[in-house]
Amino acid sequence: MTRIGLPARRFSVGAIARDAVLLALAVVTLAPFVWMVSTSLKAPDEILTTDLHLWPRRLAASENYAHAFAAVPLGRYLLNGVIVTATILALQLAIAVPAAFALAKSEFRGRRLLFGAVLLGLLVPYHAIAVPLFVGLHALGLLDTYAALVTPFAISVFGIFLMRQFFLSLPDDLVDAARMDGMSELAIVWRVMVPAAGPAISAFAIFSVVAHWNDYFWPLIAVSSDTLFTPPLGVVAFRNDDAGTNYGVLMAAATVIVTPLVAAFLLAQRRFVEGIAFTGVK
Amino acid sequence: MARIEIDGIEKRFGRTPVLRGIDLDVAAGEFLSLVGPSGCGKSTLLRIVAGLTREDRGAIRLAGEDVDHLAARDRDLAMVFQNYALYPHLTVAENIAVPLVMRRLTTAQRLPLVGRHLSGSRAAHAAIAADVARVAETLGIAALANRRPGELSGGQRQRIALGRAMVRRPKAFLMDEPLSNLDAKLRVEMRSEIASLHRRLETTFVYVTHDQAEAMTMSDRIAVMMDGAVLQVGTPDAVYADPDDLRVAEFVGSPKINVITADAALAAALGVDATRAPDPDGLRLAFRTEAVRLVDPTGAALAGRVVHLENFGSDLMVHLAVAAAVPIVVRRDPHDPRPRIGETWGLSIRPDRLLVFDAAGRRLRSVVGRGA
Repeated sequence: MTRIGLPARRFSVGAIARDAVLLALAVVTLAPFVWMVSTSLKAPDEILTTDLHLWPRRLAASENYAHAFAAVPLGRYLLNGVIVTATILALQLAIAVPAAFALAKSEFRGRRLLFGAVLLGLLVPYHAIAVPLFVGLHALGLLDTYAALVTPFAISVFGIFLMRQFFLSLPDDLVDAARMDGMSELAIVWRVMVPAAGPAISAFAIFSVVAHWNDYFWPLIAVSSDTLFTPPLGVVAFRNDDAGTNYGVLMAAATVIVTPLVAAFLLAQRRFVEGIAFTGVK
Repeated sequence: MARIEIDGIEKRFGRTPVLRGIDLDVAAGEFLSLVGPSGCGKSTLLRIVAGLTREDRGAIRLAGEDVDHLAARDRDLAMVFQNYALYPHLTVAENIAVPLVMRRLTTAQRLPLVGRHLSGSRAAHAAIAADVARVAETLGIAALANRRPGELSGGQRQRIALGRAMVRRPKAFLMDEPLSNLDAKLRVEMRSEIASLHRRLETTFVYVTHDQAEAMTMSDRIAVMMDGAVLQVGTPDAVYADPDDLRVAEFVGSPKINVITADAALAAALGVDATRAPDPDGLRLAFRTEAVRLVDPTGAALAGRVVHLENFGSDLMVHLAVAAAVPIVVRRDPHDPRPRIGETWGLSIRPDRLLVFDAAGRRLRSVVGRGA
């Protein structure tokens, strides 16, 4: 009797412990964001005090957010962010999907070598080649343009790798059936592989958008004109304020910049789950 | 409907030869099965005919025309795959329509939204929809038109794959183990369905299978392949009753044919004139389960002890241990008196159904039994 009861009880104790650990981790992860939002709602005198309270005594949200948009062209930065991340993603997919298809489903000389090159590319962080990139863009006269923000990321070896792995999991017969049905290789890529690769594309899009929306390093190097600033550069503009950092406004700007990402992620997450459930390919 | 000529096809994967000079002539409108154990090269041969794999040597002719320079999509052949290979993101109707969309519409007409409003596009789309509906009706899948493959059963998916192959009236159908992923009952149903489809369409079918029962039940002719070579081509009757090679005899027919190794004395006792064989002591004698009867063991050339009974309802298979290692199987009517396990029975083989092979497995037709 007790033997039968025991595993269930042990399981529930384990489950509670597990949930407690996860909850603690979630709190640690979320705390800075909560604090960011909280600070963005507070007046300056309330921020720089020693007592700890989440909800402001006096709501200064409208001042902080209004000031954030007034002090710098935050709307412009957001627009730049959208333009840059969308263009990067579009170029990455346009290049990575056909390349991955070739690596996964076509047979040609040097395929292993090329795939090796892709893997090699994965090992090199782009920061390591930032200087050559900078020099190259300078030589081309492209510094301080949208092109400077976009072109270094147009080819994503990570994207190629991820797509290739996904395409490998699709049956070869699907490609052969498309050939028999009269499709060219490119038609197979766009009419069969891309729709079937929905989950992989969503996953990659999340990685790409998050990485490039939040990227601070490269835009800082590549552009100097205020009109080309991406959101992270815009936030920093507040810190360099002559009158000393106004944390309420800074956090308001940070909240504005993070919001689209959070919203996009929540939307994509739903699609992501749908996508995985949809992969009844086999 | 087209004749398919396969002429001296050779193929290697790396150093391994997969096809060693295949010659086959498939008549227009014929149903030919390529049958053999896995790895015999049958699927590779089919893919070479389809244009999906390139041969190292040899030629394929379709309706008298060389097609070796043509890509798969330009050969006007349709193929059905083992795992159906349906487009998961398209509905049933869209799946069936794909070959027509790719062939009848221009690139501009295929564009989403805009494409439908181009000149001539409306009529072309309507014609495609009508053809798809007709095929779906024929295959009894009209009700599924708006479903996606993921929601359907294996049998339904295979029907859709057939529909996609049928819809554009190709020169020939190539089928690569289309029933292997179905359960046993459905497989038997689909067998007769594919055979009747062939009669209705009057098109050339090349059907690859490892299941000899499928080949036997559907085909006009069977090509038995092993180790990259065609061992025998013939009607199901000929391949079953008159095999050229012991491997063919063993592969075709269920239960498996009985084979015993016989010295000259035993061969003579069974009515074989072993003296005319090159090596009279290394003969392999083969006979089907229905070509042997149980008789009184006294005086029988061959006798054995009953070790196992298999009752199929329609047939009773009696397994007898003889001196040879593998038990001999005898087919009996279950309503006849049943032998019991442990009993000893004599075996009487119909001489006209006794097949004689040499030690290497080649058929020796000159060394026939008394009855022939």
